[in-house]
Amino acid sequence: MHLDPLLLSRIQWAWVIGWHILLPAFTVGLASYIAVLEGLFFFTGQEHWFRISRFWTRIFSVSFAMGVVSGIIMPFQFGTNWSRFSDAAANVISPMLAYEDLMAFFLEATFLGVLLFGRHLVPRWTHFLAACMVAVGTLFSSFWILSVNSWMQTPAGFEVRDGRFFPTDWIAAIFNPSFPYRLTHNVSAFYVTTAFVVLGVSAYLIRGRTHAADGERTMRMALGFLTLFVPLQIVLGDMHGLNTREYQPAKLAAIEGRYDTARQAPLTLFGIPNAAAERMDYAVEVPWLGSLILTHSLDGQIKGLKEFPPDQRPPVGIVFYAFRIMVGIGFLMLGVIALAWWLRWHGRLFQTEWFLQVCQWTAPLGFVAVLAGWTTTEVGRQPWTVYGLMRTEHSVSPSLTGPDVLWSLLAYVVVYLLMYPAGIAVMARMVRQGPREEVMTPRPSEALQPSLPIAGSAAAVSGE
Amino acid sequence: MALLDLVLIWTAIIAVGVFLYVLLDGFDLGVGMLYGFAPPDQRAFVMNSIAPIWDGNETWLILGGVALLAVFPVAFSIIIPAVYFPVLLMLLALVFRGVAFEFRFEHAMARRFWSRGFCVGSSIAAFAQGAILGAFIQGFSVQGRDFSGTSWDWLTPFSVLTGLGLMCGYALLGAGWLIMKTEGPLQAWARQAGRVCLGGVLLAILAVSIWTPLADAAIAQRWFGWPHMLLLVPVPLLTAAVAYAAWRALGGWGGDAAPFLSGIGLFLLSYLGIAISFWPMIVPGHFTLWQAASSEGTQAFLLVGTLLLLPVILMYTAWSYWVFRGKMRADIGYH
Ligand code: HDD
Ligand code: HEM
Ligand code: HEM
Repeated sequence: MHLDPLLLSRIQWAWVIGWHILLPAFTVGLASYIAVLEGLFFFTGQEHWFRISRFWTRIFSVSFAMGVVSGIIMPFQFGTNWSRFSDAAANVISPMLAYEDLMAFFLEATFLGVLLFGRHLVPRWTHFLAACMVAVGTLFSSFWILSVNSWMQTPAGFEVRDGRFFPTDWIAAIFNPSFPYRLTHNVSAFYVTTAFVVLGVSAYLIRGRTHAADGERTMRMALGFLTLFVPLQIVLGDMHGLNTREYQPAKLAAIEGRYDTARQAPLTLFGIPNAAAERMDYAVEVPWLGSLILTHSLDGQIKGLKEFPPDQRPPVGIVFYAFRIMVGIGFLMLGVIALAWWLRWHGRLFQTEWFLQVCQWTAPLGFVAVLAGWTTTEVGRQPWTVYGLMRTEHSVSPSLTGPDVLWSLLAYVVVYLLMYPAGIAVMARMVRQGPREEVMTPRPSEALQPSLPIAGSAAAVSGE
Repeated sequence: MALLDLVLIWTAIIAVGVFLYVLLDGFDLGVGMLYGFAPPDQRAFVMNSIAPIWDGNETWLILGGVALLAVFPVAFSIIIPAVYFPVLLMLLALVFRGVAFEFRFEHAMARRFWSRGFCVGSSIAAFAQGAILGAFIQGFSVQGRDFSGTSWDWLTPFSVLTGLGLMCGYALLGAGWLIMKTEGPLQAWARQAGRVCLGGVLLAILAVSIWTPLADAAIAQRWFGWPHMLLLVPVPLLTAAVAYAAWRALGGWGGDAAPFLSGIGLFLLSYLGIAISFWPMIVPGHFTLWQAASSEGTQAFLLVGTLLLLPVILMYTAWSYWVFRGKMRADIGYH
């Protein structure tokens, strides 16, 4: 059997980034939420905010550590597996990656130490500030990394010399055409993802009774937040789609599952793409709606895949289905929110057992949507790494052999399959324990150091 | 001319950045290695001594990687694929040691697994970094702008030697850190361990200093050629002096910070030695710093922000060390 280092490298990239993105999807949102909780505690002084913040901070610290270790792997992938791409694009994208490190990672990592271990070592306002810094850091991080990715989607502000990209206009490169849409839609997705987790965990706490009061507090917060952000997410998604139509028409055609260019195009709800015959089989369509959504007019034109040479078309099936999964989840979320308001209006929100269970079951939906959305974005960009300019097959490191990449891929598979279940188990345990009854002790006198774990028995202290 | 200045400035920034990484993550990887050997009832102390700071320390590694990509892209695109497997090893090892801090609170079996992971991960990460250094010293096959060797070229007796050497070096720094942060029996233990590591470090320095000039005529010429030999003589002499000081310091001379400081001294001198051997090459034998540099616009754009941000980073990093200053005590729990 021939092992293709290109294909394996692509699988490896998808594997490591797919797992990594799950953590920002949670930590970006949670960092902001913790900053809010710390703020509430700082300004109101009410103990329950302290308790709730401690609860989420413990969970945060686990997910953040996983985000860091899976993140450190990412920039090195550019070198190990995509060295041609790195050499060609470095002049434009590398300062943005470096700014991510300088503005975001140092900030997060340093203040995280203070947030987790410094509660008794610094004044209250400093501790609150540390929470804010961590949150700001995660947002800076999203800003720069999404700028890099958007530049690969819709490159701007550069010139090509000897097959390499050189910067001509930094503002144009950073704020490239798809960046504002990708940034807002993505950060909002992270917030929504986190809020659904908070909603689900709150429901669990309410059902468990012991911590019901805290659960009700956080459920109200999550609900209020989602009421604003889920519709916003859908609106931003629509705008993102319009942008894609303009700059990446082949991707859009794949999203729509459309082979023939059309006016008054219908919206294809479902179907089975038939690449050989270049058409959708068994299509379920809504007349005119496609044009209406994508051009905001009944008569708008949508380009079909036949306009593009076959070697410049993305795979249709993956893009088509991934997009429908994401959008489906978006509307499902809307449904959950509507239900919640209906129950609340009848004053039964916290008493309706089946609805609380629905909240628990829908808690992981955001992660699925995030993965589906990124699959749409990245697979839809194929066969390019830099859209229209540099092909994926020309991006891979030339020295790699199939077995090389197979070994590394297997190693990543094994390690991630150890780390993620273990991490989820640790966080699940924290959720099961619920917020601890603890009070904010006054600041102890001097130089107290973080030390023994309090979670475990004497065995934990021994470290074995 | 302007470009020339930028390259020099960047070389200095990256050199300092990499050195800071080696020091900071060096001591906490070292602490990780020692963790496995420390008296069992003291291990929680050992790990908690670095819990609040390891993440910040590792961030310097990312900076080293992306700054190399930004300023010397062709070097990045040649060196990183050439050390494909050591990089893989390092990254996976860092996973184990990074999550161990958080995962130890599961039930007993999981705790044992992740505690081992912490020690073994730290050791492998240190070894892999040393092997990368060894591969760099030995040089890479290059064609045009690409690495043209195989993914196993890096594995030689020499890179194994540098890998083991760096393990000893990091463990020495880790011992120095523990001596500063602890008291009593744990501190006494760290002093013992530090002496063993120091022995290893000195052997490695000696072996590398003999091996490289024998293997590479250009490096031999640089160190033993007349008249610059005269200028370079202080480097080995100073190294011997610092090594002696380190030995004494581990025995208790000069206060609790002395072992750590003398460890830093040894690293600084070895680092200088390598820089002298290779200046001005960034891909030994193929690209000088200037030939490998990215476009002037790229360097300038990144420099503006770096000059603003780096001092701020150093300030809040120093502040966080200050918050967690002093000897460890057992009064407060893990967050
Ligand atoms: C909670 C997660 C979530 C939800 C509910 C939605 N999205 Fe989304 N979507 C994402 C999370 C996401 C994402 C993972 O964050 C992506 C991947 C890349 C990006 O910027 O955002 C994305 C990409 C993405 C793209 C790809 C654009 C491109 O790369 O060219 C489009 C067109 C949409 N979305 C549109 C929508 C629409 C119309 C939605 C309405 C229901 C929707 N999204 C809900
Ligand atoms: C944010 C910065 C990102 C950058 C710079 C980036 C870069 C790249 C590169 C270089 C490739 C080409 C290699 C390949 O085809 O496999 C690629 C493809 C891919 N990326 Fe991304 N990516 C980013 C974000 C993401 C995220 C967050 C995901 C989440 C799931 C993702 C998923 C994928 C997938 C699935 C492919 C494979 C496409 C295919 O093989 O058809 N990417 N990306
Ligand atoms: C949409 C895509 C991405 C977003 C929004 C994102 C965001 C983040 C965030 C917020 C963190 C902090 C850790 C955490 O919160 O768990 C993080 C960690 C990290 N990410 Fe990503 N990331 C993305 C993709 C990538 C890619 C493609 C790379 C590779 C260039 C990368 C490199 C890193 C690194 C090195 C870390 C560790 C930082 C540390 O030590 O604090 N990320 N990422």
